[in-house]
Amino acid sequence: MTTVEKRLGAAANFVDERLGAAGWMKKSLNKVFPDHWTFMFGEICMYSFVILLLSGTFLTLWFDPSQRDVIYEGVYEPLKGIKMSAAYASTLDISFEIRGGLLMRQIHHWAANIFMAAIVAHLLRVFFTGAFRKPREFNWILGIILLTLGLVEGLLGYSLPDDLLSGTGLRITSAIVQAIPVVGTYISFFLFGGAFPGVGFLPRIFTIHILLLPGIFLAVITVHVMLVWYQKHTQFPGPGRTEKNVVGHPILPVYMAKAGGFFFIVFGVTAFLSAVASINPIWLYGPYTPGQISAGSQPDWYMGWLDGLVRMAPPLETHAFGHTVSWNILIPALIVPGIVFTGMAFYPFIESWITGDKREHHLLDRPRNVPNRTALGVMSITFVLISLINGGNDIFATQFDLSINQIMWFSRVSIFILPPIAFVVTKRLCLSLQRADRDLVLHGMETGKLVRMPSGEFAEVHEPISAQKRFILTSHEQAPALELPATDARGVRRPGALKNKLRIRLSKAHAVAVPKVSAQDLKEIEHH
Amino acid sequence: MANEIQAFQDPGEAVHAPRAADIDPRAEKRAEQQVAALFGLSAVGSLLLIYSYIWIPDDIFIFIPVMGDQNAHQLFLGLGMAMSLFFLGMAAILWAKKLMPDTEVVNHRHEFRSSDEDREAFVKTVKDGVAGVQLGRRKLIKGSLAASLGLFALPPVLLLRDLGPLPGKELEKTSWKAGTRLVTDPGNRPILASDLEVGSVVQTLPAVAEGAERLLSDIAKDPVLLIRLRPEEFNLAPEKLAMTHDGIIAFSKICSHMGCAVALYEQQTKHLLCPCHQSTFDVTRGAKVIFGPAARPLPQLDITVDKEGYLIARAPFDQPVGPSFWERNSQ
Repeated sequence: MTTVEKRLGAAANFVDERLGAAGWMKKSLNKVFPDHWTFMFGEICMYSFVILLLSGTFLTLWFDPSQRDVIYEGVYEPLKGIKMSAAYASTLDISFEIRGGLLMRQIHHWAANIFMAAIVAHLLRVFFTGAFRKPREFNWILGIILLTLGLVEGLLGYSLPDDLLSGTGLRITSAIVQAIPVVGTYISFFLFGGAFPGVGFLPRIFTIHILLLPGIFLAVITVHVMLVWYQKHTQFPGPGRTEKNVVGHPILPVYMAKAGGFFFIVFGVTAFLSAVASINPIWLYGPYTPGQISAGSQPDWYMGWLDGLVRMAPPLETHAFGHTVSWNILIPALIVPGIVFTGMAFYPFIESWITGDKREHHLLDRPRNVPNRTALGVMSITFVLISLINGGNDIFATQFDLSINQIMWFSRVSIFILPPIAFVVTKRLCLSLQRADRDLVLHGMETGKLVRMPSGEFAEVHEPISAQKRFILTSHEQAPALELPATDARGVRRPGALKNKLRIRLSKAHAVAVPKVSAQDLKEIEHH
Repeated sequence: MANEIQAFQDPGEAVHAPRAADIDPRAEKRAEQQVAALFGLSAVGSLLLIYSYIWIPDDIFIFIPVMGDQNAHQLFLGLGMAMSLFFLGMAAILWAKKLMPDTEVVNHRHEFRSSDEDREAFVKTVKDGVAGVQLGRRKLIKGSLAASLGLFALPPVLLLRDLGPLPGKELEKTSWKAGTRLVTDPGNRPILASDLEVGSVVQTLPAVAEGAERLLSDIAKDPVLLIRLRPEEFNLAPEKLAMTHDGIIAFSKICSHMGCAVALYEQQTKHLLCPCHQSTFDVTRGAKVIFGPAARPLPQLDITVDKEGYLIARAPFDQPVGPSFWERNSQ
């Protein structure tokens, strides 16, 4: 035994005699993680969160979250002698007088954008592959919570520097709060410590941004990852992979090296972006004052779709009994997002209600094999993209020489028309892809070789596909639609006829599929 | 399902193919060198970072195509950091991919549902525990517990009361009073009506006493835009026309939608546009909303001139300015 081994052994013994760790550590280190490039989105979320914690801590060392007025006396000439909040002045100091400060600010902002983008990519992967199905519904809901918190945390974060752009964002936020019936005005006054912009808002959101929300994030992320660990990762279908096993590389050493290495790559790419691509140059915007604004005011991209919805809302307001209700704010800023996020959170249960499937699923779906779900996903993406485009309608108008009014009317109409079209088109595409899979299994791959038959006609030579590939293309389940007879075995009408009718219709739509090839089919065709 | 019975057999995992480094000692050596080289690049990055931090002054700008003038200190600090991190990661991954064992391993899954015995035992434990509390029998404890828990929930809410003042009538008033002079913002100079040319637009605030500080919460409500048109260009109801002075009309600059500053004025069309959500107001028709999500025109300020010819407010705003709120009681 070498000395190193001896020392490590002694340390391990010390720990194990106190914690009994060897047992579960042994099991954990042999834990298997399946490999697929789409599984890295979740990793990027986690790593950019760590980057946010590190760079954010650096920024707090100098940032002064105060709305106290100061006269700027720093090195940035254009703003010298101008009255501004201490928050804005300290952000300028971090940018210009702390070495590496601007780099850290840009890393923090870029990491936030990457964090949100990775959350969305991860969400879409989980949705389109059906990874949210039983037993992973809890983790799906935790994911939705993280997405929602991410939106809030991002908004608070870019509000802190108190520049003209972020102040405008807060002005809009306060108007949204104020629009809540009955209690809105009070909530707004309590949040801001008085009439907008108040005196207490920045220090308050600072505490929420750097302590409260990160703490909640940390707790939810920990549970999220522990559940992945405990329930074991899903895997794509393939030869040797079943609902009862998980195939991949063990934690030690391969997965650990790859995941650890990937953290540094994510961090490195974020640092590279921050070195070469300027983000949120607050010194160009100037300090916030409510009487001013800059043209082309835009929120960060993940809030853009909400802003787009607000922009396209019709000018509706109700005045009755001495009170005002602003539907033009309530509907796009609170009601629609509320429905979207609640619907997302409940989706796993809605789908299982439609299919009647209450079994555990560990093999992922290929999106084409579940046309209805895939179509619903593309429909939702279309909805968000139209809103996002409308959120940048002023930028599109100036960049492409278009009329803002036309873009707005385009969005107002297409937000209702395009998502359903996207649904139908996607569903058709999925079925076509299923048909292509079927052809591939039955007739093999096109080789590009043309031969001339004795009869004179030309035909392309097809090559049979491998047994592995054939298995991948045919191993999915094609469950029939639910059958819910209107009467039970004794001829008594079941309760909830309307609900059952709806369920049957949805289930039928969900079960639409091109029949997959069976071993029998292939044998028959080989006889010809 | 007939279909399922005749499904294709699982052919099992493809045979594991050895990598170059597994069979060829030269390839193995090469892979090792590549990993080491990447670690080396990472070290170079760290050195670049240290060098930039200490020795590159922060006032040197270098021109880089596409990116334009870049601060050298900033750029090399970032590039050094990026290199040091990125290549560290690349080295670890290359190491894992080329040299660490790459055979896949199979783990087994088990259904998450507990065994029936466990579930029964659990239910029994809970039932026994709950029975031990005897809540059903102890009516007095049950009632007092409910009451004290209910009251216990109030203090945390109450303790937040001092977060801010009650709104009162705060949102309904501005600093404008009858006779308040309009002054330029910035500049704080009173404005002679005769100095305003047709087509011009001026941002103004109510005059304050010499040396007095304006509160941001006042600046959030007080800004007023002055626009001068030819009097015949107005298309206003008589009472609104009476609020103008010689072709000069004054509107609140705070958007009636969400409170942004309505800062864009199109001289040709005489439209005011809010850059936040593109609500568009027609100045000639009393800032009527002609496009976008705003539901109300911008409130108009009644103006006239004082004896010296300076513009003043004849009366305060006749309605709250800015975004709507629940207590707002006017159209």
